[in-house]
Amino acid sequence: MGHKILINSSEIQIILHRLACQLIENHPNLENTVLIGLQPRGVLFADRLISILKSEYQLKDISYGQLDITFYRDDFRRSEKPLEANKTNINFVVENKNVVFIDDVLFSGRSIRAALTAIQSFGRPKTIELMVLIDRRFSRELPIQPDYSGRQVDVINQEKVKIF
Amino acid sequence: MNSLSVPHLLGIKDLNKNDIELIFKTATHFKEIINRPIKKVPSLRDITIANLFFENSTRTKLSFELAEKRLSADIINFSASQSSVSKGETLIDTANNILSMKVDMIVMRHPNVGAGVFLSKNVKATIINAGDGTHEHPTQALLDSYTIQENLGEVAGKKVVIVGDILHSRVALSNIFALKLQGAQVKVCGPLTLIPKHITSLGVEVETDIKKALQWCDVANVLRVQHERMDINYFPSIREYTQLFGINKKMLDNLNKKIVLMHPGPINRGVEITSDVADSEHSVILDQVENGVAIRMAVIYLLAEKIQHK
Repeated sequence: MGHKILINSSEIQIILHRLACQLIENHPNLENTVLIGLQPRGVLFADRLISILKSEYQLKDISYGQLDITFYRDDFRRSEKPLEANKTNINFVVENKNVVFIDDVLFSGRSIRAALTAIQSFGRPKTIELMVLIDRRFSRELPIQPDYSGRQVDVINQEKVKIF
Repeated sequence: MNSLSVPHLLGIKDLNKNDIELIFKTATHFKEIINRPIKKVPSLRDITIANLFFENSTRTKLSFELAEKRLSADIINFSASQSSVSKGETLIDTANNILSMKVDMIVMRHPNVGAGVFLSKNVKATIINAGDGTHEHPTQALLDSYTIQENLGEVAGKKVVIVGDILHSRVALSNIFALKLQGAQVKVCGPLTLIPKHITSLGVEVETDIKKALQWCDVANVLRVQHERMDINYFPSIREYTQLFGINKKMLDNLNKKIVLMHPGPINRGVEITSDVADSEHSVILDQVENGVAIRMAVIYLLAEKIQHK
């Protein structure tokens, strides 16, 4: 199967800056806001976003955690290969905070459903929003949509979107 | 690497090194989870587990029960004293009756050696051995090794002495298998009457001087004297046992190093170890209990993964 480059590295840089601006616009100074990168690949995206927030917008005290959703997934015993867990690192409670989930690709919406359950182990957030780098349209299996999206792409189900 | 090589956990003997690494890696994730404000995950909400205890247990039973609940499994508990076993029902019949109620997994403790293997061959369920007579107690050995790894970084190359009643101890046998598999050096120490004759064939050494054993080791795993399994007198008196093999604070202070002191419980304070030793900075006994829940969650989770979804 052939492949097509959807976004190159300089475009990603522009997108990251735009998403950072949108985030600060809705969450001034990120006060009472926590950023949660979803393991494994959402964390890579979140790390880059946070370094921009720190270097370009002088935001120092960012509450940032990494959430693994493996044990909350709905395909345990149903997927072909065993699920592999990653590290969760959230050393704060999210009670009454504005939580922003950060993930790489939004596809079926099932990972986000699992993340919505998983985050409850750390308290009851005031609000939860979703930021994704790529929003695969027309492939949702649950009523979940992003609040911030880097790029919308139209992909048929058999095709794969990869982020390097 | 991502799934266990066995469909049941009957003994450490059936596991390979990768299995142990996978169990430890998974247990580390679960240990983080059981320290959250909400300590529960929904993974096993469509799995039912029966805890069959044909022999007394407090810690192991509670630990398994908590592990199952924190994975959201449905559980039923059965103990022999309140059951039809006293009315003459066979083990297979008991198990099959329970399985007819749509149970997926059985955690069993039984006084007879090989009860878990026997059940695994005769009933359709995943079996976890929670102790079979004087044979194996695999989850205890796993949590002991995990505790060693947590305290000393790794198990390979470490010197471990198992002290006490080796003859009647399933904890000792499972520990020997687990430690050797991971590349540790193992000695056993106790009265010769309580050390099996051919124990050295498992690649362990025998030491009868507790002071020398402590001086040699990085880890001492101290076992309880199991009076209930002794049909004859293996040593003259408890007092003599304590004098020769009991560990006190002075002995530990005289070692010019810190050792990791473990005990699978229940402790007979003043017999195999004194109270101040059990509560000293050497002791990781309560860490073992905490790790026990995480290890059992990992074992149950990884075995449940192999149960076909219907």
